[in-house]
Amino acid sequence: MSKYDQLIKDLGPRKFSLKGKLWVALLLAVTVAGIIAYVDQLIRGQVVTNMRDYVLWGLYISNFVFFVATSFVAALVVAALRLTKNEWRRPFVRMAQIVALACIIMAGITIIIDMARPDRMMNLFIHARLQSPITWDVIIIPTFIVVSLLLLYFPLIPDLAILRDHYSGTNKKLSKIYGFFAMKWRWSQQQINLQGKSIHLLVLMIIPLGLILESIDAYLFSTTYRVGWNSTNFGPYFISGAMVSGLGALITVVYIVRKNKQLENYITEYHFDKIGKLFNLTCLIYVYFNINEYLVPLFTAKKGESEHLETLLRGEFAIPFWIVTLVGLVFPAILLIFKRFRKPRPLYLIAIVVVLGAYWKRYLIVTPTLLHPYLPIQGVPENWHYYFPSVHEWLITGATLAMALLIITLLIRYVPVISIDRLAEEEAERLTSEKKAAA
Amino acid sequence: MDDQIKDTRRKFLNNGWKIGLASMIGGAALAHLKEGFAFEDTTPSGETMELMDVDGNIIEVDPMDVEELDLDHVTHNVRRGMPGRKFTMVVDLAKCQNALACQRSCNKHHFVTGDNAWLKIYKMQETEDTSPYWMPTMCMHCDQPACVTVCPVDATFKREDGLVLIDNDRCVGCRFCMAACPYSTRVFNWSEPNQEFEMNMDMVEELHSPEHAGMPSVKGTVDKCDFCPHQAEKGELPHCVTACPNGVFYFGDKYEDTVTNGNETVRLSKLLEENAGYRLFEDLGTEPSVYYLPPKDRLPFEEGLENYNEFQSVEKPDAP
Repeated sequence: MSKYDQLIKDLGPRKFSLKGKLWVALLLAVTVAGIIAYVDQLIRGQVVTNMRDYVLWGLYISNFVFFVATSFVAALVVAALRLTKNEWRRPFVRMAQIVALACIIMAGITIIIDMARPDRMMNLFIHARLQSPITWDVIIIPTFIVVSLLLLYFPLIPDLAILRDHYSGTNKKLSKIYGFFAMKWRWSQQQINLQGKSIHLLVLMIIPLGLILESIDAYLFSTTYRVGWNSTNFGPYFISGAMVSGLGALITVVYIVRKNKQLENYITEYHFDKIGKLFNLTCLIYVYFNINEYLVPLFTAKKGESEHLETLLRGEFAIPFWIVTLVGLVFPAILLIFKRFRKPRPLYLIAIVVVLGAYWKRYLIVTPTLLHPYLPIQGVPENWHYYFPSVHEWLITGATLAMALLIITLLIRYVPVISIDRLAEEEAERLTSEKKAAA
Repeated sequence: MDDQIKDTRRKFLNNGWKIGLASMIGGAALAHLKEGFAFEDTTPSGETMELMDVDGNIIEVDPMDVEELDLDHVTHNVRRGMPGRKFTMVVDLAKCQNALACQRSCNKHHFVTGDNAWLKIYKMQETEDTSPYWMPTMCMHCDQPACVTVCPVDATFKREDGLVLIDNDRCVGCRFCMAACPYSTRVFNWSEPNQEFEMNMDMVEELHSPEHAGMPSVKGTVDKCDFCPHQAEKGELPHCVTACPNGVFYFGDKYEDTVTNGNETVRLSKLLEENAGYRLFEDLGTEPSVYYLPPKDRLPFEEGLENYNEFQSVEKPDAP
């Protein structure tokens, strides 16, 4: 099994460095703080948040929308690029799947955090009503979690078998664990056929599931009478936004992993250039849908709608709105057109900015609308007229982000970040074709 | 030969299910017919009695045709509503001067302890050139309720008598109904409601029903105006109606075409026709059960200003 040695050394599990340990400790600390805050929220009620009867959804729901959006990266990078036979996807696929899985799991948890009576969660099944978009979410999110998990797991099986064999001499316990998950993988033709078929089926499933997931997320808003939500543009608007935040998050993760594991030979500038082009395309599509959402309605907006647009474009929320739109989306979309901004480091910096913008963007979709009901806000305390998340909300939301990063970190620690099996196979193919050419 | 056998079998099956279905429907119809014929046995008694119909005319009918309606003892399904009723309300904006008695009474009888009353009196002024007026709002008990559509667990539901109520034992606290309601009428119990009852808690728990919202309120669930079915059951008017010193609120039954504000009882259709009644946000298609009469010849607006408090709708006992 010597052909794998170099690959395992580069891509396989590697013990945490001191920096890694500190990182995990930090994530654990943030998680624990969030759990404490959540227990307090359970005891005292949602009163610990700064949400009230007018701003009835806040940071939790923005956070939920962000997680759902980011998980779309599985459908885009893993499935769409596979079906279009874009071979450059190879070094990104595994990490895309890890990011998607972490995000969709945390999306599920976040929506439960927002529910004021999680003790009655079973009612969502016992008394489910099919016309409520929340019931659609109850159906699609677990489905997406399962399919994402399998889509990470099935391609991983040969790698797990490689690691099982690799550790069989040195680390019996680890070998046993990898062996358990490798499910007696022996590279038999039957196994390979079955695995290939299964992956293909999952890939075919994840694209419609992703589109449905993002659409339902949009319908949570657009099925209400609210100004600024009640938009037929919302489905595709959310899908295009999901492509942007998903790719942004993926590029960020890939760059950091590449740097820490010194994978410059595996994830080259060529790969970053390619994914940068895809990123550019998604940003431009998102710009287009933003124009549909915010500029075109200016012409025919009814009174309530034009007041709402006014607060975004010129009023109360103008500063965040323009920062998010220009710095977080338009400038990146323009910069990415130029090759030098698609080099790894500039691309990484742009991706971080875009992800932060995407996060803030979700907040700007949720909150301003709620502050513009049809009837004026009267007869309630003054601080109900605006919204800024409370300490509890920040801590709990911080914990969900930390948990997502923890899932990503731990998976990257124990699982090859690029398929060793595939790389070895490609290498073998290359050698045989070279031999043929020589002969 | 094989085809022929298949064909006859198909015919037999085809006829078979049709006959089966026909006999089922026929049987059910026969059963109902029998019920109908049961009345035929009663022969006219020859006597007559005088009754008043809904238009106020005196009519004579055979006592055998009259069935006594024991309203006091009619038990109804809380989710289906009171049979044969359709509750409705009319708010006469001309009479409102923000006395707030309705709000106080509502807060008191529904034990509202939060910061947002269920019955709100808005200070309204559409544009600078149009004059201001006071507008009380409560749950509109829409016939096409947006809140009911989005509820994932059927905790908020629409009844045949027109009411939209909340089952606080089922609500999961997702607040989707609050996001969906265009009238901003729904209120959330963000914390444990600090309610005070004169009776002991066991009794409150026993009386606990969607038909008396707020008794008690439940932490992490939604509350709103329930149109006081607990009052209607006793043959009494909602608390806001009886509390109002100016007779702003008319409550009644659309099927009876009658509404009353406690002082005068009027035809609903006539009241709406003569005063150009309208509903709030008609263009949304929510079909509210609450009608408004425009503030024509209204009581002086300014007198309400001294009661107006932009930041408070529930009076709190002074903190010690």
